[in-house]
Amino acid sequence: MRELSLNILDIAENSITAGATIIDISLTLKGNMLEISIKDNGCGMSEEFLAKVTDPFTTSRTTRKVGVGIPFFKMAAEMTGGSFDIQSKKGEGTKTTAVFDITGVDFVPMGDIGETMGALIMHAPLVSFFLKVDIRGEIYEFDTMEIKDVLGDDVPIDSIEVISFIKNTIKENFDKVNGGRII
Amino acid sequence: MKSIEELKAIKARMQAEINTRDAVGNADTRIVVGMATCGIAAGARPVLNTFLEEIQNKRLQGVKVTQAGCLGMCKLEPMVEVYVPGKEKVTYVKVNSDIAKKIVADHIVNGKTISEYVITNS
Repeated sequence: MRELSLNILDIAENSITAGATIIDISLTLKGNMLEISIKDNGCGMSEEFLAKVTDPFTTSRTTRKVGVGIPFFKMAAEMTGGSFDIQSKKGEGTKTTAVFDITGVDFVPMGDIGETMGALIMHAPLVSFFLKVDIRGEIYEFDTMEIKDVLGDDVPIDSIEVISFIKNTIKENFDKVNGGRII
Repeated sequence: MKSIEELKAIKARMQAEINTRDAVGNADTRIVVGMATCGIAAGARPVLNTFLEEIQNKRLQGVKVTQAGCLGMCKLEPMVEVYVPGKEKVTYVKVNSDIAKKIVADHIVNGKTISEYVITNS
């Protein structure tokens, strides 16, 4: 993946598939360590599945026996000297956390988190998405509930104009807290 | 939230458009983009984005963009399926932003399949 925001899109797509109604994404930079976490209230995984989920030859898909999404994300974090963790409970949800050293030569930049959020919201308009960005204390928060409150019942959140607005708003605000493109 | 006012303006405009469209009542054309790990890694997100921008720029009505999981042929990603009501599904492979623009202009607007990017059996 050429951007970390693409990994985030990929992992959060798993949350959608898991039937989550709330997906919470947070990006926290403290010093040079960036923690990305994606937390959902989806169906979760059994202990047995969880134990082997970072193995590329484990997958929930039925078309084929290889699943590389989680292994990719883990590898991207570990290559920088960071770490990876995934917690899950059947019936409760899953939390995936990856920590990156942004000074590592293999650190991949964040890229367009606005486009990632736009794609996710468009794919699952009924899910509540929450994004929190904390870049060394500079904070930006986005919540689909706030958008839905303004839109009311007549205008769907996944209409193209609204998605485009969301994308641009998130990008602008993210760039602001990520002044000088730290991540 | 930064520009609530802007969002309110979009809402007002959309409400007007929805009312006009309900009166027309056409079935939707659907563009489906494969967004599994394979699609995302191959560049599906900018493709999805281009479709949205083109539909918005050209002010096309009755065109929906949706997402699917893996469409089954990972090495041909990004893959895009186009469903025009009353016609057979067309599957485009190795789509990029430029091809996406062409799909909107030629296929969606003018009804012409772009055969060079369509998957064949050979």
